[in-house]
Amino acid sequence: MAIFNLTINDQRYKIEAEEDMPLLWAIRDLVGLKGTKYGCGIAQCGACTVHLDGQPVRSCSLPLGVIKKKQKITTIEGIGSPQLLHAVQEAWVEEQVPQCGYCQSGQIMSAVALLAQHPEPSDDQIDTYMNGNLCRCGTYDRIRKAIHRASGSAKPKTMGTH
Amino acid sequence: MSISSLSTERRRFLKQSLLGTAGLMIGVRAHAGGHALVKLFENNISTELNPFVLIDAKGVITLVNSRPDMGQGSIQAVTSLIAEELEVRMDQIQIVHSDGQAKYGSQGSGGSSTVRGLWFDLRKAGAAAKEMLVRTAAGRWNTSPESCQARDGGVFLTGTDKKFSYGELAVDAAKLDVPKNPKLKDPKDFKILGKYHKRSDIPSKVNGTAVFGIDVVVPGMLYATVIHAPSVQGKLVSYDATQAMAVAGVKQVIKTEHSYPGGKSEAIAVIAENYWAALKASKLVTAQWDDGDLVQTLNTGQYFKDAYAAAAKPGVRAEEDGDFDAFFAASEKKLESIYETPFLAHAAIEPVNATAHVKEDGSVEVWAPIQGPDGALGETADYLGIATDKIKIHPQLLGGSFGRKAFMDFMKEAIDLSRQVKAPVKLIWSREEDMMQGPFRPAMLSRMRGVIGNNRLSALSHQAIGESIQGQHWNGLADYQADDWLAGELSKENHKYGFPVHHLSYSRVKTPIPILWWRSVYASNFAWGQECFIDEMAHKAGLDPLAARKQLLRNSKRDLAILEKLEEIIKSSPALPTGHARGIAMFRSFESMSAAMVEIARKDKGARIVKVTSIIDCGQYVNPDNVKAQTEGNIAMGLSSAIKGGITFSEGKCDQTNYHQFQVMRMSEMPEVEVHIMDNLENPGGVGEPGLPPIAPALGNAIFNLTQKRIYKLPVDLDNLV
Ligand code: FES
Ligand code: FES
Repeated sequence: MAIFNLTINDQRYKIEAEEDMPLLWAIRDLVGLKGTKYGCGIAQCGACTVHLDGQPVRSCSLPLGVIKKKQKITTIEGIGSPQLLHAVQEAWVEEQVPQCGYCQSGQIMSAVALLAQHPEPSDDQIDTYMNGNLCRCGTYDRIRKAIHRASGSAKPKTMGTH
Repeated sequence: MSISSLSTERRRFLKQSLLGTAGLMIGVRAHAGGHALVKLFENNISTELNPFVLIDAKGVITLVNSRPDMGQGSIQAVTSLIAEELEVRMDQIQIVHSDGQAKYGSQGSGGSSTVRGLWFDLRKAGAAAKEMLVRTAAGRWNTSPESCQARDGGVFLTGTDKKFSYGELAVDAAKLDVPKNPKLKDPKDFKILGKYHKRSDIPSKVNGTAVFGIDVVVPGMLYATVIHAPSVQGKLVSYDATQAMAVAGVKQVIKTEHSYPGGKSEAIAVIAENYWAALKASKLVTAQWDDGDLVQTLNTGQYFKDAYAAAAKPGVRAEEDGDFDAFFAASEKKLESIYETPFLAHAAIEPVNATAHVKEDGSVEVWAPIQGPDGALGETADYLGIATDKIKIHPQLLGGSFGRKAFMDFMKEAIDLSRQVKAPVKLIWSREEDMMQGPFRPAMLSRMRGVIGNNRLSALSHQAIGESIQGQHWNGLADYQADDWLAGELSKENHKYGFPVHHLSYSRVKTPIPILWWRSVYASNFAWGQECFIDEMAHKAGLDPLAARKQLLRNSKRDLAILEKLEEIIKSSPALPTGHARGIAMFRSFESMSAAMVEIARKDKGARIVKVTSIIDCGQYVNPDNVKAQTEGNIAMGLSSAIKGGITFSEGKCDQTNYHQFQVMRMSEMPEVEVHIMDNLENPGGVGEPGLPPIAPALGNAIFNLTQKRIYKLPVDLDNLV
């Protein structure tokens, strides 16, 4: 067992765990933030995506032992607040993206990072960047639209018509 | 739930009912920024006008969602049906989940049944409660109910500014008899049903606050994971947990019991303080299993061999219109083909999991992502041999399910583990266990035969071949019976193609590979054979496949309207560029017809999917945007089932262990999608599944139109078509 001082969503957490425990389980079971999800455990589905110093990482495959003291971790709970959603979250609501919603924390964390890197991403850039995030419910088309909407580059179709 | 039973219920439950247990019942409550999940506390005493409508003195209106939400939108759908007739706005209500008690009627999400099954009963529940509130207000004003008007959660005296809120009326209203035939609104007066409304559960699904089954925390709970026999049915001979027990945080390694379809086997569980410790330790357990002859029989190669052998023999007759065999033998222009679909995993991103607490006093609580709390209640009672009033089921949000979580083997394991360790236990299957144990969508064959007459398609025979879900799970199928689920879907009554001669048969192929319903059940298999073959026959007859279907459906007006819509869409689209082709297909399931058109384009040695257009006729619906969302999801899952690898078994175990081996569609593969809803006032049909079946055959037909090569076997390798 070792002691880790983690900075998650600008809060400091002191936890005791094994060095090989993936960040995902520390976040979920030790810190108690359940928004970050387990889907595969082998960096294949993206459900566990969080930011490490702003970069998206698969927390299921990141052992606590490799995280440096100064590094900042951001989870889905840390990008907006209940009162004020992040622009990406807002776009997700506008496009009514989630179905079951289980993959969406990871999708949103990837999308936030994508938009930080490419403020007005092309469809190809979206495809490349978001390809590691599975959605079994099949919300990809809406995710694409929501990313365009959040980037401001979109001319979103009117909602509520068919 | 009928209205008369509401009346009995009302008497039984008297006027007051207690909602939930302390802090554990999760609901959705409106607040300024939308809706959020809330806890309803023990002292929240509401008046129950009927099981679905509870109103407290402050006017808080609680509606009960009786159908677990796995992403299909039942939280919104169920409560919209009630709210519409009750005359409350969706932002005025809070929502709780039913707990399996009989007073809520059937509570299983499945078979795309929620809206089509509850369309009238839930509206009547809302309307009956409204009438009681209006009569109470009229009584207080000494006037007739006709002089009062209910809206936005209050009753108004027409022509005045007098008003009672529902909260002020509820206690007295509950003393009245429940009207047997409350008047339902004319659809033209609907404010909620059929209209675009944002889903109230969505804000919580974008900020990480939505609580799924896997997220439930119960004080004092331990975490568990399970190791099953890789051969599913293998017998546990021995195991060594020495290394596993040395992992920090591990408490116990014990045996448990796994239910697979049609039987039970022993499994090993690791109990720990956190899930990672359990998972890590589970990989250090060494176990010996006696697989018997499963090494040979649990094998997809063997299954398909048996299936093709069955295709060479006649099946059990399910439906016969004219003497197909005689006609086929005597005809010159005829066709025969065998179509194949693979085994598939449900592969919901949330693995199966359950939290259970078997308490010292013999009572039990279960928190789980299950598709039906009533089923969960019954199975828990049976499993433990206790009365249902000792059991509290807390259904949780499901992180996808597609049928899988309606098979509650995982829940029983959690109960067994809690019983053994005498503490609340959260069991989560690893992704590997989730993927390798199934149960799976069965692989099936369709042996299609057809006769072509003069410019028309004259006769169709469909021999459905494969393992039966009912047969495997409940041993409920005699050798002389056709599986009636499948027969229903392929019946002439269902597809409505007017073949003068029609024949349907079924050949069961037994296998120990565990199978289960999967989004759209057998329709996901047999639409592939039926709809590709209709195209094959049309081409042989020299007819355009759309025109051939119009001819076959000439007596089915609603279906014709879909084909006309499709023609209209094609006509108004720009001409297909060279190197592009389209294919179409249609299939009715769960009382809704869905047609699909897939456009593909040549790419190197194969093709890419450019666009999928779907049309759904589901009659009346709750929220058009959700109908679209479900249909989009069905497009993705339908394509995934057609172009991604299936599940295979060799040497007695599943070859695919995780998403790197069982691939599902990713973002870069998602084509442009367009969904059209047919607007009419017909009774509602299903929405969650019917969009899926036509997708694969529309793709197969597009591939033929692009390459002149007919694909018979799924999955198809889209990168290598020549
Ligand atoms: S759980 Fe980390 S990528 Fe799937
Ligand atoms: S919304 Fe269900 S997996 Fe993405």
